[in-house]
Amino acid sequence: MGGTNGIEQGQTRRRIDPSGGISGREYDWPQGPPAAPLAIKVENLTAAYGEDVILKDVNFSVKRGEVVVIAGGSGCGKSTLLKHIIGLYPLAGGRVEINGVDMAAASDRELSVVRQGFGVLFQSGALFGSFNLLENVTLPLLDFTNLSRRAANLVGRAKLAMVNLAGYENHLPSELSGGMQKRAGLARAMALDPAILFFDEPSAGLDPITAAELDRLIIRINQAMGTTMVIVTHELASIYNIAHRVVMLDKTVKGIIAQGPPKELRDSSSDPRVSDFFHRRPAER
Amino acid sequence: MAQAGSGNFRLESSPGKSGDDLVLSISGCLDRSALEPALAEVRNLLQQNRPKRLILELGKLESLDSAGALALTMMQQEAQAMGAAAELKNLAGSAADLQSLLDPQELAKPPLIPEARKQDFISEVGQSFLEVMDDFKQMVTFLGDFAIASVRAIKNPKLVRWSDVALYMEKVGVDGLPIVGLISFLLGLIIAFMSSLQLASFGANIFVASLVAVAMVRELGPIMTAVLIAGRSGSAFAAEIGTMKVNEEVDALSVMGYNPVSFLAVPKVLASLIVIPLLTLYSDLLAILGGMMVGVLGLDLTVYSYVQQTVKSLDVSDVTSGLAKSIFFAVIIAGVGCQRGFTVRGGAQAVGSATTSAVVTAMFLIIVTDSIFAIVLHYLEW
Repeated sequence: MGGTNGIEQGQTRRRIDPSGGISGREYDWPQGPPAAPLAIKVENLTAAYGEDVILKDVNFSVKRGEVVVIAGGSGCGKSTLLKHIIGLYPLAGGRVEINGVDMAAASDRELSVVRQGFGVLFQSGALFGSFNLLENVTLPLLDFTNLSRRAANLVGRAKLAMVNLAGYENHLPSELSGGMQKRAGLARAMALDPAILFFDEPSAGLDPITAAELDRLIIRINQAMGTTMVIVTHELASIYNIAHRVVMLDKTVKGIIAQGPPKELRDSSSDPRVSDFFHRRPAER
Repeated sequence: MAQAGSGNFRLESSPGKSGDDLVLSISGCLDRSALEPALAEVRNLLQQNRPKRLILELGKLESLDSAGALALTMMQQEAQAMGAAAELKNLAGSAADLQSLLDPQELAKPPLIPEARKQDFISEVGQSFLEVMDDFKQMVTFLGDFAIASVRAIKNPKLVRWSDVALYMEKVGVDGLPIVGLISFLLGLIIAFMSSLQLASFGANIFVASLVAVAMVRELGPIMTAVLIAGRSGSAFAAEIGTMKVNEEVDALSVMGYNPVSFLAVPKVLASLIVIPLLTLYSDLLAILGGMMVGVLGLDLTVYSYVQQTVKSLDVSDVTSGLAKSIFFAVIIAGVGCQRGFTVRGGAQAVGSATTSAVVTAMFLIIVTDSIFAIVLHYLEW
């Protein structure tokens, strides 16, 4: 594996695990897979917009192949945390390591390599409106790999087929429904077979069936490709379906109040804020 | 047994137990770099051997990515297209999971709509004509809506959002002062300098002041101000309303019982009507100052004589005709900007197109209006 800081340039190859790798939803929590190195490490992260501190001293890590959901009530800083982890906003304090690379200290070249190693599905899909779906998906393949246009088109069509959008390659994003735009966004995020996928509210605004289909797709991708996933959501049904572990944020403490498998948090947490969230109880005033 | 391959993957072909079988043993890394060479190799072997069954032996495969999984699926499809059965052997674990993500039937689906092709010349002309007609219809509809909204506003001034009018007066007028002032000053300076090169040879330096004053106050002041404001504020109006259309904010106004034209367009047009004539006067003044700088510093004129000559050259009709034009220009800039914003459909690209169209259309209409003014004022001897 040649590359920078343990990441292979422009792609992530994976040894096939004859035992089938990660299987089922139940991770061997809290130990986790013993040999799995950390994909993401967040240390004392502080996020602020100007003087307004949103998160303070947040610490958690994500193992390779793990699906971690960042959950919490509205305005607790879920999306802010995600955007700080992926380096969209500068940190007010602390550090974030992705695949062993300190995002704040990395050079532009290193950052470019790290960023090619992860994909992001934004809340609205964030597809380029002037490109059709195939062009959206093949854009990183043409720019960051040595694939010919023909091969890139083949891979692009395959990615669209993976998200059940076969046949829609010539459609513009504006010609698709919200759910289809999200699936197309996922196809683009997966274009380079990234080792890590970040999702910002993947089920928001989707009908239950489409949301369940997207959940199933996330699980299948995680099982088949061993992709590490960090998902921001507050959809309880999705959390139970897809999460190995939940990191729960709270607005009042500006940080994490609980971590663990979703069912464990639901059934055994003594923190009323956690219990209220998982049982959909309105907060007492 | 034959061997082939490139990069990190190897392909070994051998006949199967039955003479009609072809066994291809793939080892190493089957990834995106192997996609095209592996497919070409398998196609070649299939054509040479014409087997009845293709067996892809994958026990020695070390790694597989999604492009490699696609290659395996396409190899099977190639064999089936030649009338041979195909099977994958010893594909286990997560590699099998990855392979199962690719449904061959899904992959074979043709595009639901054809790729956009360039139209022939005749079709393009026809399409452009239809677009112009549609554009005209939308413009007339907007004018009608705007006329109704204006009449309502005149009848009941309380309906006008005066706080928005003040805000846009600041954005269009106050914020536009530096650029309008700078450009006008430089324009006056250039006109004075260029004309002085000619007039100095006749000893007619003093007429530089007349030339700058008449040219700027009657023609260039209103036009330059209008062009600058069209670029600065007309485009901003189109982008603002266009983005609101994309975000369904305009629809929200409609269902809340507001008239979007009254709510969004009237304050912008009113603000422009007030500040653009004032900006035009400011532009005239700064241009005269620019000319004066050349006159005083380069042509040995005194400030007093330059001002005297300027005042002597201008009469009230020069100033009022410039102001009358600027009122029309204000309606054009704000009206076109808002109208283009309301036509936005789709996403960010449509907002960009509307913004460009707002500026280009406004400039075209400004020049057309100025030409009409020139002819009408000539016959009215104004």
